[in-house]
Amino acid sequence: MIPASFDYVRVGSADEAIGLLSEHGEGAKLLAGGHSLLPLMKLRLAQPALLVDIGPLRELSYVTEEKDYLAVGALTRHHDIATSALTLSSVPLLAHVAGQIGDPQVRHRGTIGGSICHGDPASDLPAVLLALGATFVARGPNGQREIDAKDFFVSFFEVALTPDELLVEIRVPWPRDALWGFEKLTKRAQDWAIVGAVAVRSGNSVGVGLINMGPVPLRSSAVEAAVLSGANAAEAAQFAAGGTEPSADFNGSVAYRQHVARVLVRRALEKAGV
Amino acid sequence: MRIDITVNGTPESHDVEARTLLVYYLRDAVGLTGTNVGCDTTSCGACTVLLNGQSVKSCTVLAAQVAGDEVTTIEGMALEDGRMHPIQQAFQECHGLQCGYCTPGMVMAIASLLAENPEPTEEYIRLGLEGNLCRCTGYHNIVAAALAAGGAPEMHQ
Repeated sequence: MIPASFDYVRVGSADEAIGLLSEHGEGAKLLAGGHSLLPLMKLRLAQPALLVDIGPLRELSYVTEEKDYLAVGALTRHHDIATSALTLSSVPLLAHVAGQIGDPQVRHRGTIGGSICHGDPASDLPAVLLALGATFVARGPNGQREIDAKDFFVSFFEVALTPDELLVEIRVPWPRDALWGFEKLTKRAQDWAIVGAVAVRSGNSVGVGLINMGPVPLRSSAVEAAVLSGANAAEAAQFAAGGTEPSADFNGSVAYRQHVARVLVRRALEKAGV
Repeated sequence: MRIDITVNGTPESHDVEARTLLVYYLRDAVGLTGTNVGCDTTSCGACTVLLNGQSVKSCTVLAAQVAGDEVTTIEGMALEDGRMHPIQQAFQECHGLQCGYCTPGMVMAIASLLAENPEPTEEYIRLGLEGNLCRCTGYHNIVAAALAAGGAPEMHQ
């Protein structure tokens, strides 16, 4: 399979990329690692007129520790996040999740920013960053703005970036004493999650995220409220499927996914010390 | 568009369309057909090559994206004196292939795994090959070959 024809520009700076996006609008798409976009283009599910290749912007590939958060450049590849000594020591959950995406070849190419901006509710990172209360930094023609993860995932494959914005950084807060659990069900090792769950607990705060349980990644506020009011993992997990609208497909029905969500949330909560 | 890529140490320069995937650049423009197209959907790993030393699936990379970079294919693995690379040798000795279609991708994936971890455990190899499918062997002898290659003296020179 070969994608439909497109114009292609390899940019040398973020400003050049933003200029091209401003000029071409919806017809242009950013290309980072290409492991979400190129498969869609090969299947002709996406046919952008212009590909703006931001791959050369290696200055957007980094992991650094700031005062209150871990800063991850949008073009940092999954493999580099998974093996970064800084990620492993400061936000081990993020390293663990990045190290389970796809397979080694995919992790050598795919980027955290590309995965987030693709807006696929079956991806692991969006729900994890949602549960962690991450902040995304976008740059556009008029400068930078910060977007809370909870406001970022708008609809099925739709995120809050405007057509002329570029995601540049992900800011991940992490309390020093946090415990966590991450669970995903797949039929084959490299597959997307049929359902996934993440739980993060620290002192009086808890974050619970759900993968592939609706058109967008979800944060399960009902489970979080139950934990905060003293429920144990099994009790709190009973609220995991409430209000979810997973799709039914050959991997499972709606009822099956909702059952799996309760099971995986319980296991994630147990690992997080609930 | 003109795309320059160093393939197996040799500078290559070819006029191809922007939509040309790396695997077709290698097979059709450069003429190296050792890299196979399998599933063509980033799943099976048959098209795995090394990009700047790391394994990638060349069906999901545009040739244009890696202009200026270094690509190694199965044709670039043999030693300078013509002997097989220790990973290839181990595949032969451990009977790590049957039909052979997945083998070039397996060898390249293992080369990347061993470059990152020269003293692998069986678990590391099995997890590391999750992106390479083989429908003949049942994987056992492929894992054995990877472990044997990891222990070969040539790999530690």
